[in-house]
Amino acid sequence: MAECGGGDSSTSSHTMDKSITLPPDEIFRNLENAKRFAIDIGGSLTKLAYYSTVQHKVAKVRSFEHHTEDAASDKLYEISVQEEVTARLHFIKFENAYIETCLDFIKDHLVNTETKVIKATGGGAHKFKELIERKLGLKVDKEDEMTCLIKGCNFVLRNIPHEVFVYAKHADSEFRFQTTHPDIFPYLLVNIGSGVSIVKVESEDKFERIGGSSIGGGTFWGLGALLTKTKRFDELLQLASRGQHTNVDMLVKDIYGGSYGSLGLTGDLIASSFGKSATADKEFSKEDMAKSLLHMISNDIGQLACLYAKLHNLSRVYFGGFFIRGHPVTMHTITYSINFFTKGEVQALFLRHEGYLGAIGAFLKGAEEDNPNQYSWGENYAGSSGLMSVSPDMNPLQRARSGTFDMLEMDRLERQLVNLPLLQDSSSYIPDTVDLTEDALAREYWLDCFEEALDGVVKRAIGSQPDIPEVTERAEKFRQKYRNKLQTLRHQPFAYGSLTVRSLLDTREHCLNEFNFPDPYLKIKEKENDMALKYYLKVVKSLEELGWEQRQLALVRGVLAGNVFDWGAKAVSDVLESDPEFGFEEAKRQLEERPWLVDSYDQWLQRLKGPPHKCALFFVDNSGMDIILGVMPFVRELLSRGTEVVLASNSGPALNDVTNGELQILIERIAAMDPVIQAGLMDDRLTLVQSGSSSPCLDLSRLDKVLAMVVRERQTDLIVIEGMGRAIHTNYYATLNCESLKMAVIKNSWLADRLGGKLFSVVFKYEVPAGKLSQNSSALTPS
Amino acid sequence: MDNAESMVDKKGESGTFHVNNGINGHVANGGSCSCCCCGGGGSSSTGPGNCCSGVGGGSAFDSVQHLHHHHHHLGGGGDDAECNGSPAKRCRLRRRTESVRRSRPPFPWFGMDIGGTLVKLVYFEPVDITAEEEQEEVENLKSIRRYLTSNVAYGKTGVRDVHLELRNMTMCGRTGNLHFIRFPTQAMPLFIQMGRDKNFSSLHTTLCATGGGAYKFENDFRTMADLELLKLDELDCLIRGLLFVDRMGFNGRTEGYYFQNPSDTESCVKKPCTLDNPFPMLLVNIGSGVSILAVYSQSDYKRVTGTSLGGGTFLGLCCLLTGCETFEEALEMASKGDSTNVDKLVRDIYGGDYERFGLQGCAVASSFGHMMCKEKRDSISKEDLARAMLVTITNNIGSIARMCAVNEKIERVVFVGNFLRINTVSTKLLAYAMDFWSKGQLRALFLEHEGYFGAVGALMELLKTSDDL
Repeated sequence: MAECGGGDSSTSSHTMDKSITLPPDEIFRNLENAKRFAIDIGGSLTKLAYYSTVQHKVAKVRSFEHHTEDAASDKLYEISVQEEVTARLHFIKFENAYIETCLDFIKDHLVNTETKVIKATGGGAHKFKELIERKLGLKVDKEDEMTCLIKGCNFVLRNIPHEVFVYAKHADSEFRFQTTHPDIFPYLLVNIGSGVSIVKVESEDKFERIGGSSIGGGTFWGLGALLTKTKRFDELLQLASRGQHTNVDMLVKDIYGGSYGSLGLTGDLIASSFGKSATADKEFSKEDMAKSLLHMISNDIGQLACLYAKLHNLSRVYFGGFFIRGHPVTMHTITYSINFFTKGEVQALFLRHEGYLGAIGAFLKGAEEDNPNQYSWGENYAGSSGLMSVSPDMNPLQRARSGTFDMLEMDRLERQLVNLPLLQDSSSYIPDTVDLTEDALAREYWLDCFEEALDGVVKRAIGSQPDIPEVTERAEKFRQKYRNKLQTLRHQPFAYGSLTVRSLLDTREHCLNEFNFPDPYLKIKEKENDMALKYYLKVVKSLEELGWEQRQLALVRGVLAGNVFDWGAKAVSDVLESDPEFGFEEAKRQLEERPWLVDSYDQWLQRLKGPPHKCALFFVDNSGMDIILGVMPFVRELLSRGTEVVLASNSGPALNDVTNGELQILIERIAAMDPVIQAGLMDDRLTLVQSGSSSPCLDLSRLDKVLAMVVRERQTDLIVIEGMGRAIHTNYYATLNCESLKMAVIKNSWLADRLGGKLFSVVFKYEVPAGKLSQNSSALTPS
Repeated sequence: MDNAESMVDKKGESGTFHVNNGINGHVANGGSCSCCCCGGGGSSSTGPGNCCSGVGGGSAFDSVQHLHHHHHHLGGGGDDAECNGSPAKRCRLRRRTESVRRSRPPFPWFGMDIGGTLVKLVYFEPVDITAEEEQEEVENLKSIRRYLTSNVAYGKTGVRDVHLELRNMTMCGRTGNLHFIRFPTQAMPLFIQMGRDKNFSSLHTTLCATGGGAYKFENDFRTMADLELLKLDELDCLIRGLLFVDRMGFNGRTEGYYFQNPSDTESCVKKPCTLDNPFPMLLVNIGSGVSILAVYSQSDYKRVTGTSLGGGTFLGLCCLLTGCETFEEALEMASKGDSTNVDKLVRDIYGGDYERFGLQGCAVASSFGHMMCKEKRDSISKEDLARAMLVTITNNIGSIARMCAVNEKIERVVFVGNFLRINTVSTKLLAYAMDFWSKGQLRALFLEHEGYFGAVGALMELLKTSDDL
């Protein structure tokens, strides 16, 4: 049911806190372009949503082809920084006490005059209707609460990869994030507001309230306040977390003296909640009563949820509502209850953005004409506050302060993202190799590593925009923001879902973009590309002089050597910076001799003796030597064998990774020199696609829709993933439905150490899916 | 304990029945009892006639023991041997022997159900006692009988539910009245002490007990009163007792009842019924906590689930919220209160019905939801709180029971347990909840002896000689 509308904290809105001054840069961002407002007013918290456009700089590359000859000799391609407008959703959560201040602030900063209505939902929407209409001059348009909730829920499930988690109180990592099943339906949403609503959701538009209960958060709060004279919900939870329910509840062992063995009921089970207070004539402590009440209500809700889940044969059960809202105490008791009643068959699932669902849904209702569900959206780590620390030991007032303004920002992605069709099991696919949320040692290492690398990133960011006056100031802001994020993640590694090397890298990219550093490596990449192109023909020629078998090894060594050039890896960027002449040949010498750390080269060679692959999808990595001298000769060989090649590169910049825009120019240049590549392009046997990503890592469950289509159409039977970010930090354990090749040089001594190797150890992992073995065994014995 | 078990063992021996049949005719003629019970097989369906109480004075224990062993010796052909000696002695001896052979236990006959909050005791008072029996009845047995039957209250807290007494019923070949007594489980130590003071162990009766207390207090019974309990499973007893009482009827009336038109307060009326073809049924036993069973036959049942929100929760929270001390007090207050002052209704949130989900405005959205607000907390009456507590607990049980019924595909839901005692608010609410939320698919049934079936079931175990008591 509705979030409670008449609780104590909402009555405190009579004495609104107007003294607060809002830092506009940080809270209601992009307000000037805001349109389509929505508001969700609950019993104690207000969630405001708006859609806005963000203008930011993007670096574009353009070939000089159409210009004069002498210009082309000077520079590889033209770089222009353009203004681009992208769409962003802003969600801000604050206490009802600030509602008036916030509305005033919005009024003062709102420029857009097109906006006429504000969508509203939540129990408090009615109460504040007049205030909102007066302050903002917008017409309040009420939307059904449950519809909004479900819409919001579908949206986060679909767009935020680590939205769902299970809670484990005593585990190393309390929050265990789940991979979201690509098909999010059907599921059960148990919304625990003042009462409980149990909703079965079958599709985007089809859902049904199949049941509910009047025993909910309001019962805990109301009864708790009566029993303990404690007014605030948070304080009640605090009391409960310190109490002993066994002093108040009648347990099985109080009745039986032990367990009720024949029914398998253990002695510690609660036989009768508050049963002792019915018989014992004594005083009970507030803490004990609060705990007993908490158990009673959590167990009851859990039991009903299980009965409904069983009746409707549903195994995905999400819990939300203010009773849950990030409170470890209630998440724990609900988890316990679900586990007990289903004998472990069903896990209680929670949502990271549970508090925003109503606002998101209300917003989506208002934005239907923009077709928000046609796009893919991504959480912006720079602008979102993440999951707050909710330790019950923390002073609740302090917590309320720190969490006074929570934010979520979602960027509309240019491309619609889908699963790679060749993933063996998309529902269990986890891109990341190491979950830093669970691995404390690794977490510490990587956080330190990213912090140490910060100076270099700032330096390069400044260097990328030498002519712009306030660049240093902006770079410093970036430094501060990213450092703060790293600090937050040290204490709350769960803030943005599972902490991974990928999320650390992505967060850095988001922060750089935030401060208009769209592509700090732009110039470096250009320089490297330019240099590498000069060597291309020489490299190809020397390869052609080799015998077939020798050449295959040389090609692989070439890809690996090229991959040594990487500004993303600290050890390498140091070398590159101190010695720019560090050459391709030198890189080869640095490579580990066979047998490599992971070495299935022999199987690969055997496979090459068989029939050619139909089509290879190659996820490329860095600019310069890597793509031009390492990858392209390898691609050339594949083309010569009769294999079609699809080169997948990033849509947007990330470190020195080659972007799709850059790669197009590079391929054109190579084609002009090399008839094999030229023919490949002409015959459409060499294609370029974008990955849909702007990350140095690779999430195979969020790829550009066009890429997925091409993969399917061309009957791709080989996937090549190159580089540490894509083949080691992510996808190392990814299983695919076709042959795959994962190649990388470990350019981080700590990681090398962990994997049992050393710096510049080589991973060459060739895998054939289990079912395809027999088919390929014939390939292993060439006729 | 051993003795009781060996008696139980005996019933299955065909040799015993042959001997009994031989005696049957003889005794039945002189007896005062036409019996419907105690049949072990077809041949003994007429049952035994008059038999002595089986315990005779201080030496009773020895003599029974002796006979017991003797009985072993006799086997199938001991009849002649017993016919020696003086006629009176022989007769007495025969009856005792018979009593043991027939597995009819010595008086007094008790069944006890020791729950979390209440002890339920059923006592069979034989009214067909012959002069001879009367003469032989030991003094403390007599005094127990007089004490129990001539009082309606025992000590400070024991109560005999006179209105539930089952009169002139036949059990195990004896006619008598079945009395229903309850006292708080807290008084259990006093009860055990009384057992010691009255030298209960000398009666050599088997104390059949069920409920958790049978386990919890077993050692106390043994060490304090030298009494061995025959511990019985509470759910077995519950089902057996329930089916028996339903079959026996309630002094000519039916044991069961339901509410006609449960969804309409104006025309809602209580109607009698029996559990003909009782299976399958969903049995909801509301004591301190709640157990929910799916019952497919007397012996085939499963515990579907349970909830800790039961009678104990109602009373416990009422005590804390209102300062009341007894269930009666709590119910009395509840009867005068108005829960809508405490609970937040759908209309309090939505101003009316929540049509999108077909929720009526008068449905409770949040139990105790108004109590989140300080002003309302300060102005609320104890009566309103008690009523809200009662409604909350009852509706919750109704909701869980309904879900179980749907999951188990059972349409008949039988509610029992002492939470329903003098509690028409709850019975009517449950009847309404079953009917309304299932759109008439489910029917709630109730039984007059709400909380006593476990104790009756325990007593039946004592008298168990056949399946068709």
